[in-house]
Amino acid sequence: MNNPHHLNPTSLKSRFTTRFLRALTKIRAQKPISSSSPTEIFRRYRRIKVAADKSMAYSVRSRRIWSRAMLWKLRSRSYRRQDPCSGRRSGKTNQAIMKKSSNENTTTRREDGVGFVEEADELRQLVPGGETMNLCNLLDETAHYIKCLTTQLFSPIGKG
Amino acid sequence: MSGASNKITDDELNALILRLGTLLPQLNHGRHGRASSSTTKILKETCSYVRRLQKEVDDLSERLSQCLDSMDISSSDAEFLTNLLQQ
Repeated sequence: MNNPHHLNPTSLKSRFTTRFLRALTKIRAQKPISSSSPTEIFRRYRRIKVAADKSMAYSVRSRRIWSRAMLWKLRSRSYRRQDPCSGRRSGKTNQAIMKKSSNENTTTRREDGVGFVEEADELRQLVPGGETMNLCNLLDETAHYIKCLTTQLFSPIGKG
Repeated sequence: MSGASNKITDDELNALILRLGTLLPQLNHGRHGRASSSTTKILKETCSYVRRLQKEVDDLSERLSQCLDSMDISSSDAEFLTNLLQQ
């Protein structure tokens, strides 16, 4: 039986889909919705959303600034839930990420003459870890981030 | 990007902006050359595109939360994927 839509098992799409599927299966197994209480559905929506972000971030791992930022955010969330005194640890990790991505500094404000600093800053708010990126990194990371977002949406799960 | 130089050249900047422009759906419809798409415009479009994509992922999560029970999840991942892909 030849499947014409065979997924390349090492592609980003298939890595993401596999992880996301596993997470969805777990979420479904935890508490089947017998009643459609809005609270339950909302909680489930939140878990699915986190699972989607997590699946993508882990599929990209630490190869990208934005994925590192997202992984850090996800981990510090779960740390905070287990241990309320983990503020210091999160701060240290944040510093590490900022150091890594701000090595080439100084170019952030240079483009005043061309007048798109505002738009660049706006973009920084949207891309995970954007606040620490110089313009060059920001543009590069955004391109990859967009590619990953569309991968999420066009995975077999998204289209189903 | 190498850490050797601290300044981004205009050429590098243009190249990055152009690449971003090719990813944007709105800007790819019959526009000639780069003259019509300024850096500001491309950045603006990028922002709204990213927002739109993030919202669509949100909507997808919401849809899944409502129909998760009725999804046909077989015992193995591979089986499930094959089924989905054949739909």
